[in-house]
Amino acid sequence: MFLARIVGTVVATRKDDRLEGCKLLIVQPLDPAGKDSGQPVVAVDTVSAGYTETVLVVTGSSARMTTRTKDAPVDAAIIGIVDTVTLDRTGAP
Amino acid sequence: MNLARVIGRIVSTHKQDGLAGRKLLVLAPLDASRKQTGPPLVAVDAIGAGAAELVLYVRGREAAHAFLPDEVPTDAGVVAIVDHVTLEKAP
Repeated sequence: MFLARIVGTVVATRKDDRLEGCKLLIVQPLDPAGKDSGQPVVAVDTVSAGYTETVLVVTGSSARMTTRTKDAPVDAAIIGIVDTVTLDRTGAP
Repeated sequence: MNLARVIGRIVSTHKQDGLAGRKLLVLAPLDASRKQTGPPLVAVDAIGAGAAELVLYVRGREAAHAFLPDEVPTDAGVVAIVDHVTLEKAP
């Protein structure tokens, strides 16, 4: 799972039947400090997240484990809205 | 499975039902000599790991198996707290 910020939305009219009604959002992966890290991806929203919110994204086959994405052709799902991130230390691990 | 150091925690009120009551940890993945090997990730705790502990985590769909019979939608899970690591010297 990784932290990400919602940076946009995707609208697709013609799509797989199991994606009907799914909200597609563009998420920018973040490091725990909140800085951008890596390339944006499109994820299915399962928790009614919105623009600029920090969220948790699960990828791979685990993305199909939510009730919203069961058996859907999905490899990234937003499964939580992040309230706070607490870091213990900033030095080397 | 890989080694990691617990470097933080995440609080999320609004989340998938399967994650209710689960502890979300921020991990820094390490190699055997404890150097960080990649960017930090978020994992669900399956065993009660805490701050600054050295842990083993699993990636992929198998991570969810640590929580069976509960269905936890995760691709990373902390499955062990490491007591110590012994490395043989290369010949």
